[in-house]
Amino acid sequence: MARYLLTRAWQSALTLLLSTIVVFFGVRALPGDPALALAGEDRSPEALEAIRRHYGLDQPLPLQFAQYVERMAQGDFGVSIRTGTPVSSMLTTALPVTVELSVLAILLATALGVGAGVLAAVRRGRPAEWVANGMALIGLSVPHFWLGLLAILYLSVATGLFPASGFVPILEDPVDNLHHIVLPAVILGTGLAAIIMRQTRSAMLDSLSSDYVRTAKAKGLRPRAVITRHALRNSLIVVVTVVGLQLGGLISGAVVTEQIFGLPGFGKMTIDAVFQRDYPVIQAVVLLTATAYIVINFFVDLLYSVIDPRIRVTGDPA
Amino acid sequence: MTTAERAGAVAAVATPVLAVRDLSVSFPTETGTVSAVDGVSLDLASGEIVGMVGESGCGKSVTAMSIAGLLPGSARISGSVRLDGTELVGTRESALRRVRGKEIAYIFQEPMTSLNPVLTVGRQIGEVLQIHERMSRRAARARAVELLTLVGIPSAAKRVDNYPHQLSGGMRQRVMIAMAVACGPKVLVADEPTTALDVTVQAGILQVLRDLRDRLGTSILIITHDLGVIADIADRVVVMYAGRVVERAPVTDLFAHPYHRYTAGLLSASPTPGRHAGTERLQEIPGLVPVLSVQPDACTFADRCPAADARCRESAPPLEVARTGGTLAATGHLAACWHPCPQPRTQPEEANR
Repeated sequence: MARYLLTRAWQSALTLLLSTIVVFFGVRALPGDPALALAGEDRSPEALEAIRRHYGLDQPLPLQFAQYVERMAQGDFGVSIRTGTPVSSMLTTALPVTVELSVLAILLATALGVGAGVLAAVRRGRPAEWVANGMALIGLSVPHFWLGLLAILYLSVATGLFPASGFVPILEDPVDNLHHIVLPAVILGTGLAAIIMRQTRSAMLDSLSSDYVRTAKAKGLRPRAVITRHALRNSLIVVVTVVGLQLGGLISGAVVTEQIFGLPGFGKMTIDAVFQRDYPVIQAVVLLTATAYIVINFFVDLLYSVIDPRIRVTGDPA
Repeated sequence: MTTAERAGAVAAVATPVLAVRDLSVSFPTETGTVSAVDGVSLDLASGEIVGMVGESGCGKSVTAMSIAGLLPGSARISGSVRLDGTELVGTRESALRRVRGKEIAYIFQEPMTSLNPVLTVGRQIGEVLQIHERMSRRAARARAVELLTLVGIPSAAKRVDNYPHQLSGGMRQRVMIAMAVACGPKVLVADEPTTALDVTVQAGILQVLRDLRDRLGTSILIITHDLGVIADIADRVVVMYAGRVVERAPVTDLFAHPYHRYTAGLLSASPTPGRHAGTERLQEIPGLVPVLSVQPDACTFADRCPAADARCRESAPPLEVARTGGTLAATGHLAACWHPCPQPRTQPEEANR
């Protein structure tokens, strides 16, 4: 176990370093200049030069990178070029919004996807399966931004059931917070729910026709126990894998969803930063996303061994 | 005495625990109906071990699965299966669930895939006790340890918390047996219980089954394609071919003098130590078991049979006491053959000696 953790830590550090390099040079390779965005009306070469000097943008790139890494190592994310506020304080307001949105979306998608997948497998060839398959097809093919617009149009503007945009922090008013976030979370979760449903369905079909399910039936178990305790438990590994793999998609989906619903989260912050070439913010956002990815994948791997005792985390082949 | 009275008298002498009568099973498939079992009848007396033998696809497993109603919903089943006089064919699922695992228990071929990989063996054994005996999880676990000891698993108290993949093939099959006998079933159906195991392990498993019969009085229906297993453990044998019972006999009678040509073929196709010793080619039965959509009124073995004639292709032979010239007092030895093997099969070596 210790050896496994060590290997993982080393791999994670390498991944983080690589993503830092790629992002740092990547954003600077983009056309556009933060100095131009900041200068506004006064675009005299002297003014631009002053801005560049102020933010250290006139230094050679390798030197800038070295300084950036040094500050990062001390936990200093820098200051936003656009607003002048420290990036860390921007993150502390934006991060909870995105985390809440994503967690809620994953929970909803898993509940819905697993439920519908099990139902479709158990009621194979009957109307329930067709409905579940049809819903999954729609969930997969309809892009969320369009679904989000429809939801705003019909559920917010026309009927007023949900607020069309905005956000209330959970600590301020938990009920109002949920009211604001539930619709975006549902929209964000649709694609994931569809994928989970399809994977659960096929995994369940496999395990329902397996020998151990036959054994469970031969023991005189009720169908419910056969399905949940025996078939579903063996299908969960697939669900966990899918959720883990889809996380990247979820994060990019969150960017779009936050934009549509005007949620002051990570996604909105990223888009604003990219448009303004706000280098420190982009770098921080990407680094944080990469870290989240690594951490979550680590937990997914640990979860594997909880679900399936045949999988052991040792670092060396079983 | 009328036939009915005589039948009643026979039944009174030895009431079978399990009585299968005229069981037929067919499956609708995309390419038409497949008849898997046709008019199978067999009895299992208390404490008796009956072997069912035949090639792959002859309907052995389908017969076994249909006993406790474990076939998929698409199967069309007719006939009767009575457990202590209670009809099981056509019974509601909820009633069948009370029979499964409690009165009739199963042991399957592949102990690796037949055990749930993500549950401990103790949990899987305990589960049966929890549903049928209403035991608490704790009590069920304690009983599981006793059962593991009963089937000969060393340090059962430790093994009970193992997962199937941590056990050897033989151990897993013992776990399957422990699970099957947990509630003291009247009938144990063992579908190829030793096929996936090597020979020494196989002998151990058969010994466990024999012990259970001796100690608990369990009736066992053992299904196999291995005549060695039959010879080792069974009291009586049922030979199946293409969904029909073609011969039924006490085990010694069958091996001494098979009547049906198919049985004779099976026996000469299995190696006997010393007799073949790599010098002589084993005799095979030419051809394959037919897959039938309709059971014909003919002997289904006729196409592969050396003794077949026009009669075999025109009418199906009934399962009855074989007429072989009347010299043998065949007690309970029945064969469905128009041209049974004329005399006890003589071993060529013995004749030469």
